Amino acid sequence: MKRIYVKEEWCLGCHLCEYNCAFANSGMTDMVKALRGKTIYPRIQVETDENGITYAVSCRHCTDPVCVKSCIAGALSVQNGVIEIDHSKCVGCLTCVLVCPYGAVIEDGSGVAQKCELCMKNSCGTPACVKGCPNGAIVYEERQTVSAPD
Amino acid sequence: MKRYVIIGNGVAAAGCIEGIRAVDADGSITVISAEQYPVYCRPLISYYLEQKTDLQRMHYRGESFYAEHHADVLYGRSAVEIHADAKEIVLDNGDVYPYDELCCCTGSAPFVPPMQGLDTVENKFSFMTIDDTLALEKAVTPESRVLIIGAGLIGLKCAEGLHGRVKNITVCDLAPRVLSSILDDKCAAMMQKHLEANGISFLLGTSAKEFQGNKAVMQNGAAVDFDVLVLAVGVRANTAIIKAAGGAVERGVLVDDACRTSLEAVYAAGDCTQYHDISSDTIKVMALMPNAYMQGHTAGVNMAGGTALFDNAIPMNSIGFFGLHCHTAGSQPEGCEMYEESDETHIKRLFVKDGRLTGFMLIGKTHRTGIYTALIRNQTPLSTVNFERLKIEPQLAAMGSAYRGKVLKGAV
Repeated sequence: MKRIYVKEEWCLGCHLCEYNCAFANSGMTDMVKALRGKTIYPRIQVETDENGITYAVSCRHCTDPVCVKSCIAGALSVQNGVIEIDHSKCVGCLTCVLVCPYGAVIEDGSGVAQKCELCMKNSCGTPACVKGCPNGAIVYEERQTVSAPD
Repeated sequence: MKRYVIIGNGVAAAGCIEGIRAVDADGSITVISAEQYPVYCRPLISYYLEQKTDLQRMHYRGESFYAEHHADVLYGRSAVEIHADAKEIVLDNGDVYPYDELCCCTGSAPFVPPMQGLDTVENKFSFMTIDDTLALEKAVTPESRVLIIGAGLIGLKCAEGLHGRVKNITVCDLAPRVLSSILDDKCAAMMQKHLEANGISFLLGTSAKEFQGNKAVMQNGAAVDFDVLVLAVGVRANTAIIKAAGGAVERGVLVDDACRTSLEAVYAAGDCTQYHDISSDTIKVMALMPNAYMQGHTAGVNMAGGTALFDNAIPMNSIGFFGLHCHTAGSQPEGCEMYEESDETHIKRLFVKDGRLTGFMLIGKTHRTGIYTALIRNQTPLSTVNFERLKIEPQLAAMGSAYRGKVLKGAV
């Protein structure tokens, strides 16, 4: 299946992906109204390493997802390879945050969990972070499965 | 065609069903369910009281779960005996079910220590099941004074659930601090202060010595008048059926990393088991829902002839009260070093021994803590990561570019 991958060498560290993510999932049609003056809780997060290299981290849609196995509410599930969260069932226990090895499940600012769902449930339809990346540093494509890191 | 039997119908059982079906589409699965409900999320009962969920949304899986997995559920029935040699179980109605592979997911039951006069209390409840919760809900009114015996995870979640629906809540515990099984003194003090600020009262270092109707006399001489009593002292693993069958049992049913008991073709998973905690290298009861699922799934795969191991179990808890969240994982072995950071709104304690992160307690800031949990689970040598940066905040950037390359450039 197609997943989101990053190309560190192309990432400018501009954080636009975070804003595009927050906007795509805001349910609003005007970016300024959606984001101005607000603290955003994007599902993709830009990191900077000690050498100044930047890259974005979002849900890996693991083949053996520990968040799904750990969800105490049965709110996380795998649907055609995509790890989805049923917001009507999530009670905000944040066990998923405690177990995600990549720090990719995050609290949404109101106390419940949220994560990248590849923009399949919002109006964007294709990952907003990929579409809006000015330097092509985030891609959405098929790649080989590698074994989980030690 | 194999015959699989699962005793119990909680989350470990659901994991077992899914584990079996990941390998074997054809074998028959029979589930013995003492409760009348399809598998539900037990820890959500406090959220039910808080009206953050309802009975429908508390279902762990969708309506067609058993049908889709071709599993038959016998509701309202308990298993009373396992004949391991004959490979059959006997139910409480005398019916006998033969099996090829059995999984014991019998869970745990509330432990009520002997307390004088407890029989004189009319409104007393445990807080483990939907039925407990519905009965408790029926008994409380906005005028109720509630006394909860036990300031652990169950007692305090019950307090939070009842908050706003009753007049007042007092929680007592023999331990000198709240959440004594997962927090140390300093972290517990922070959480207690927050709970008190939200109107919960505490009597710690003492418990009820005697009940006289609606009055509890504490060991320290204090008296508490109440209308509703909740007994949340602790739970005990339900091990009797395995023990009677001759299986190895300590405080829980002993299982290995494949979730096998000492009995041939008998597996066990969930709160009834005692198993290896890699963070402390001890064998203990870790009655935790994520682990229950992972054990159940592991057992199921192995029962069906596949190969699975749950060999990186650690204790871990994610729990919050009135908006203040707490994440704990692993252990604090003797002689460990501690890194601490704290202010008025948060506390972080990381425990390190022999160059590895063995545990943590975090209150107030829980962003991306799974990166810490993975360090414990994978027993990552801290010499291979930038731990000084990790101390400040969990981040993949401190894990080295090779790890990052694997994680972000290929499917995992």
